[in-house]
Amino acid sequence: MLKRVGGEINPEGAVTTIGEAEFPVPFPPGLEFNSPVHGNWNIVHTGMLMPEAIQIYVCADNCMRGVVLTAAEMNAADRFSFVIVEEENLLNGNLEDVTIEGVTDVLNKTEKKPKVVLLFTVCLHHFLGCDLDRVYEELENRFPEIIFVRCFMDPIMQKHGLTPDQKLRKALYDPLEKRSSDEKVVTLVGDDFALDETCDIKRLLRSGGYTLKELTACTNWEEYQELGSGKMLISCYPPAKYGAEMLAERLQRTHLYLPGSFDYEEIKEEIRTFAEAVKNSVSNVEKNDKGAILRNTENSMSFEDLEVFFQQEIVLCEDALKHAKSIIGDTPVALDYLYHPRPLGLAKLLLTHDFNVTTIYLDSISAEEKEAFDWLKVNCPNLELRATIHPKMRVLPRENEGKILAIGQKAAWFTGSRNFVNMVQGGGLWGFDGIRRTAEMMTEAFLEEKDTEDLVVRKGWGCESCI
Amino acid sequence: MRQSYRIIPVYTADVSGVCSALYELGGMVVMHDPSGCNSTYNTHDEIRWYEQDSLIYISGLTEIDAVMGNDAKFIRDIEETAKELHPKFIALAGSPIPFMNGTDFPALAQVIETETGIPAFAIPTNGMHDYTYGAGLAFAKIAERFVQPLKETKNADADVTSITTIPHTLNLLGVTPLDFGPQQNADCMKQNLAKHGWQVISTWAMGDSLENLSHAAEAEVNLVVSSVGLETAKILKEKFGTPYVIGTPVGDFTEDLVMVLEQVTKNTDKKKKSSEEESAPDGQDKPEIPYLQNRLSEPQEITLIGEAVTMGSLAAAIEKKYHKAVRVICPLETNAGLLALNDRVAKGEEEVQELLKDARIIIADPLYRPICPKSSSFYELPHIAFSGRIFLRDIKEGKYLSEI
Repeated sequence: MLKRVGGEINPEGAVTTIGEAEFPVPFPPGLEFNSPVHGNWNIVHTGMLMPEAIQIYVCADNCMRGVVLTAAEMNAADRFSFVIVEEENLLNGNLEDVTIEGVTDVLNKTEKKPKVVLLFTVCLHHFLGCDLDRVYEELENRFPEIIFVRCFMDPIMQKHGLTPDQKLRKALYDPLEKRSSDEKVVTLVGDDFALDETCDIKRLLRSGGYTLKELTACTNWEEYQELGSGKMLISCYPPAKYGAEMLAERLQRTHLYLPGSFDYEEIKEEIRTFAEAVKNSVSNVEKNDKGAILRNTENSMSFEDLEVFFQQEIVLCEDALKHAKSIIGDTPVALDYLYHPRPLGLAKLLLTHDFNVTTIYLDSISAEEKEAFDWLKVNCPNLELRATIHPKMRVLPRENEGKILAIGQKAAWFTGSRNFVNMVQGGGLWGFDGIRRTAEMMTEAFLEEKDTEDLVVRKGWGCESCI
Repeated sequence: MRQSYRIIPVYTADVSGVCSALYELGGMVVMHDPSGCNSTYNTHDEIRWYEQDSLIYISGLTEIDAVMGNDAKFIRDIEETAKELHPKFIALAGSPIPFMNGTDFPALAQVIETETGIPAFAIPTNGMHDYTYGAGLAFAKIAERFVQPLKETKNADADVTSITTIPHTLNLLGVTPLDFGPQQNADCMKQNLAKHGWQVISTWAMGDSLENLSHAAEAEVNLVVSSVGLETAKILKEKFGTPYVIGTPVGDFTEDLVMVLEQVTKNTDKKKKSSEEESAPDGQDKPEIPYLQNRLSEPQEITLIGEAVTMGSLAAAIEKKYHKAVRVICPLETNAGLLALNDRVAKGEEEVQELLKDARIIIADPLYRPICPKSSSFYELPHIAFSGRIFLRDIKEGKYLSEI
């Protein structure tokens, strides 16, 4: 039963067209609504990627509740502990003591000491000028065998600086020791998801006998440390870029930012840059492990034959999109920013292939999407943009007549669609393969309904969920 | 250390308590918070969020606004939204940073009310108390601001006016999903009371409207079914003289509770009559808490953990049915006068764990299990305010403690 409040609501302010929208913020700021869609990863999910680590948070009850139950819902309560900050700690100004003694107490009660503690301090530490250097110094003295990683849950800072998420994606690699590099290893930094095995980057690397190391695949401390052996670092997820740059600087490695894209030309350019960087970063690029010349070893792909590879990949993409279009037809398509960091790029791709994209759900537009924004503004000015956090989005109608294909969880909830592509944050998609996978998933979603209510409320898409 | 927790979660905090209490009343609740409060609330503390709309928002407080004390943005954003969505009231709830800054929420509420004409009030939360405190204060504000006095009625056969309540009616105070789960449980409680001849005028606040709550003064008695309803009961007593009884209708304890309801209303009638005749003060002298009466004093065999009134009532029901002594461990802050002699208040994981050392049979939320002695028998009784939605599916299916 859906109950409504507020009666008839004028959508102005929460809904606009791209023709009228301003870049990069199309909607006026104000109070914020939070939809019941929770597939996005939060700092707890991401922090759990570090093997042999536990997380300890130091904050007030209300802030604590969300993170502790995130851990519980993903069946990881045994890797999560915390210290509650109370009123008197603020009034007495003893936040350092509470943090130190609380963390000490938790660790003393923990039978098997962790290798690493991700210690999360919060807005209160920042505002009270808590001496974090002293906190970490003291804890490191008390527990010399444990590595304490500086993590933050300070969302009050996020609109004018780095988000807690960005800072965590740096912090997760702080314990990496500088070690000699392996010329056959490339390290992916900051992603929540392993890149798909079929994605362009992995195929390219495999064809040259290279290995891609990813945090998501690390099951123990030694494997984690091997991430530091990458001769070259890459990052693909936008919030990971800052941490990857910091890590590259510290380890003195080359870093390439290769964001997932839906634009053929951009993908081609990224692959060219990547191939060139890989070549330059190894001493004997022409030879693979067996001494043979790198040639076309997988799916007609090689460093030398990139242009041929591009042509073949684009043909395959076009086929996949045509096939999807033949099934989906003119069914309205709505998509959201949570499916992929490039929603406008995806919309452009689909619109240029005659899909009936009607609506994009987003709250701001990434600088990376300026070109797509400008293109859509000129060529599809009536394309609708809908906010997800604007207060009116709580009460604007969420039902639609007829079938809608939703790409992303938020698009599914806001349109009331059961035909939706269930993925977040770009998943493991990358490159031409990412385009084809999207087309395939759209087709699957169109043909088979999902239980939207059951799926989108689960926290951390891809994580265990006990609800 | 009391403040450190190794494995169990914390209870729902005061801010979420406010939202939960006011959810269905058509108002707008604004949490003054940067981020996270709304997500935490709607993910873990609010089981109605997916299918029932409610105007609950965060302000999106930023560092610069907090440092500069930019309350004007907060006010403007609220007023603009209110102008569009026409809430019946506006409630402001604070989080840790506004508490630290000393944000003057009552003054902000007054400005908003003056400028919009919509009733506005502040609930003094800071994210550092539990939900019983926040939800309790939220209901109390509704009682103060919205409950209408009884209308005078003229007797048919005489030119005399009188103010009367409706016989055998009551209000259920302190009903939120945090303690009672899905609506079906609140409905079940009402049906139970109806079987015993008691009609519910208003339920604070599940399945009911602000309009219905505003008629609460028409009830003969108030039934405080959780500690969340206690402040409201006191206000309604003070404003309208409505007596109140504290206890939850559960199992065999329901009969005892109903008997006390009958007794209290009879006494009130008598006192009213004597008051009219002798100008003596009317109403009960102290609250009736039947679950504290006739409790077994022998060494406790069973331990319950949770909210004082619901667990106290369950303890009474178990003792009556099984003749085994029960004690309650209450980790929540609204407990004064609500616990039996052998019950205990415990704050934090360490204190609860210490009290559980000798426990043989434990009935509690499943997330308490890791700190219970391995030798104890553990019976699961999920509590939304503790484990959130983790066990909601099974709660809806009535899986837990059906034998009681």
